[in-house]
Amino acid sequence: MFVYFLRKLIVILPTFFGVTLVAFVFIRTLPGDPVMLMAGERGMSPERHAELMAEMGFDKPIIVQYGLYLKQLAGGDFGTSIITKQPVLKEFATLFPATIELSICAMIIAIFFGLPAGMIAATRRGSVFDHTVMTSALTGYSMPIFWWGLLLIIFFSGILGWTPVSGRVSLLYYFETVTGFMLIDSFLSGQEGAFISAMSHLILPSIVLGTIPLAVIARQTRSAMLEVLSEDYVRTARAKGLGPMRVIGVHALRNAMIPVITVIGLQVGVLFAGAILTETIFSWPGIGKWMVDSIFRRDYPAVQGGLLLIAAIVMIVNLVVDLLYGLINPQIRHTD
Amino acid sequence: MRKTKNLIAAFCGATLLMASMQAMAAPKTLVFCSEGSPEGFNPAFYTAGTTFDASSRTLFDKLSAFKRGTTEIEPGLAEKWDISADGLEYTFHLRKGVKFHTTTNFKPTRDFNADDIIFTFMRQFDKEHPYHKVGGGKYEYFNSMSMPDLIKEIVKVDDYTVKFVLKRKEAPFIANLAMDFASVFSAEYADNMMKAGTPDKVDFEPVGTGPFQFVAYQKDASIRYKAHPDYWRGKAAIDNLVFAITPDPSVRYQKLKANECQVMFNPNPADLDAMKKDPVVNLLQKEGLNVGYLAYNTSVAPFDNVKVRKALNMAMNKKAILEAVYQGSGKIAKNPIPPTIWSYNDAVVDDPYDPVAAKKALDEAGVKDLKMKIWAMPVQRPYNPNARRMAEMLQADFAQVGVGVEIVSFEWAEYLKRSKEKNRDGAVLLGWTGDNGDPDNFLAVLLGCDAVGNANRAQWCYKPFDDLIQKAKVTADPAERTKLYGQAQVVFKEQAPWATIAHSVVFQPVRKEVVDFRIDPFGGNIFYGVDLK
Repeated sequence: MFVYFLRKLIVILPTFFGVTLVAFVFIRTLPGDPVMLMAGERGMSPERHAELMAEMGFDKPIIVQYGLYLKQLAGGDFGTSIITKQPVLKEFATLFPATIELSICAMIIAIFFGLPAGMIAATRRGSVFDHTVMTSALTGYSMPIFWWGLLLIIFFSGILGWTPVSGRVSLLYYFETVTGFMLIDSFLSGQEGAFISAMSHLILPSIVLGTIPLAVIARQTRSAMLEVLSEDYVRTARAKGLGPMRVIGVHALRNAMIPVITVIGLQVGVLFAGAILTETIFSWPGIGKWMVDSIFRRDYPAVQGGLLLIAAIVMIVNLVVDLLYGLINPQIRHTD
Repeated sequence: MRKTKNLIAAFCGATLLMASMQAMAAPKTLVFCSEGSPEGFNPAFYTAGTTFDASSRTLFDKLSAFKRGTTEIEPGLAEKWDISADGLEYTFHLRKGVKFHTTTNFKPTRDFNADDIIFTFMRQFDKEHPYHKVGGGKYEYFNSMSMPDLIKEIVKVDDYTVKFVLKRKEAPFIANLAMDFASVFSAEYADNMMKAGTPDKVDFEPVGTGPFQFVAYQKDASIRYKAHPDYWRGKAAIDNLVFAITPDPSVRYQKLKANECQVMFNPNPADLDAMKKDPVVNLLQKEGLNVGYLAYNTSVAPFDNVKVRKALNMAMNKKAILEAVYQGSGKIAKNPIPPTIWSYNDAVVDDPYDPVAAKKALDEAGVKDLKMKIWAMPVQRPYNPNARRMAEMLQADFAQVGVGVEIVSFEWAEYLKRSKEKNRDGAVLLGWTGDNGDPDNFLAVLLGCDAVGNANRAQWCYKPFDDLIQKAKVTADPAERTKLYGQAQVVFKEQAPWATIAHSVVFQPVRKEVVDFRIDPFGGNIFYGVDLK
């Protein structure tokens, strides 16, 4: 198992190096530069423009800049935002818990509803329930997040008044950040109603962010279950007289889980992508919104650092998924 | 019976008294739905309105100030000022008894004085100042207002008198000092932080003399302030001010409806009708201090010919543009400055919409089958809510007079960069929102000879015009300046380097319980003087 883990880790390193290059080149190939954006309609003289670009080190040949960037990274320094003047790692660490909290809740919703829906749809193939689940999944998958979020806000917050419109907690509560996770911090604050407020603020954004993964998981579970249910060993289990719950829950589900876990792992990347829009609509102070702002401001160090950190997290999650295969199906770690 | 009545009266009285005491004790909190995070809290480093709202307009004061909701100058931290006869020396007499904020980091031991003015300006002006490089050392507004070329020296005369000596006359100087970059910092706080080895704190944990003091900032979520108890103009009516950072305009409106905020910024034009009918919302509106224009490149043929420019101006149906692009809420622009700025020349007559005359004029100019480009901005700005739509309407208008238009656009930063180029191909849609309410801030910045290849997108250097604005800039007498700028507007109209399109109206929705919120002509959000019912 350890060798298996090491082998996977060795594959990750060149990928990480590749991401540094992509992140570096990507932001620099975008037209415009941070100095020009700073000046706005007023503009600035070419001399002043050159002076400011030089001060930020953006006048050096791109290969030199990349070399300096790698050197900086090797020292664990992700750079400093040219706009806020704060270290990129510090900004990321401040905002990341908000995204993680939202993503975990979204994923819980997606798994909690997606898995059973897919399983039941597979066991009742062709039924009204099956058609309903598959049609809903397709609708959920195709729905633009922005529109979906706004629709929920208008209905549940605007018309019914059941949920707050946006933010992480009511602004009536104020407490120091301890962990960055609002559910934990609000609980620790001891302020009456703060935890409930944080919970209620999580509902709509989690549903919105969890919609696409839910649809994907439901579809994938259904398809994997259908495949497994037609296998000989399932037929044998049934022939042995095992109850349907045991056949489906133990024999079929365990084998059907391999592709489902792969999909769940891949959804982590989808969640980060979805977080960009969800965070914007729900004024959720996470890394998605921060990345978009940084791109618009051409904050090169923030974009590079942010992309790199997000990529690293997605890679780690996928590594964990690979390890999980081994746990679920011992054959994988022997044959791989 | 009488006893019972007395008892009831006493009970009611006591209840009322308790209720009023509770009302007195309950702090008033106003939540403002802002559209973005500030870049930082030192307004001297930045140029964005969101940053100024969160810093200079809440936390700081300047030597001079704009009267709330107007472009009129009034005394700020300087009680009064004298200008020498040659117009080169400005002596400011500072206000006494002004207190800085007391925070967890800083307890001021003295009142505001001349040292704070010296620190504030020398930090930006003197490259050798110990604080010049702190925070990156980029003072873009100070530079773009030409302060380093203008100021000769800043002298502390005594503790409450400071003198600015200029290298040349500059009539808008007092207005410039009311701008955000001139926010006054505490020299004592800066010294303390430098000694503690944390000079950056001056910019991240700001201390000013303004009406509100900084409490906390949660990035991309909220900024909290409380009223400065010793504010020199008197404590603010609201006790706590919270900025709820809400990037989406439709969500801001939903929050306003749900009373999650009481004032919101920059509404979605599509929501305006609903806001007008909304019983909880008071939709304030005001003519903006802005102009949206189409700048021809006057250095390239055939746009170097004034007849061609005038002909194209006549081909433009501005009324239709106003309806379609500005949803009818704007004003057709005939001058390069908005009517809210002093010296606006209302006697100037706009080019009439007359496609037949336009075609004839083009023929007379010898221009046939003209093909041109119109640049459409990729972003929504207060002076132009939909540049693409505007460009399409111009394309249709120009087609009527036989001019073929290709619409081009670039990403915003690239647009700003390429549109400055002297040999640019095409006419550019752009605009401007005033910084200090002075006509010079429009006419010299956007149309002066010095700005060619930069903010002068028409690349237009016309000596008779430039002479007038340069003379006005060094003239102290307001009446004389008004006359000169009036003449400059006439010359501008004759020469038509731009097609002036519109001055937009600015909308600001507030809840009905908000008292005396006034729209800032500079596009800011100012909460001193605002109360809640």
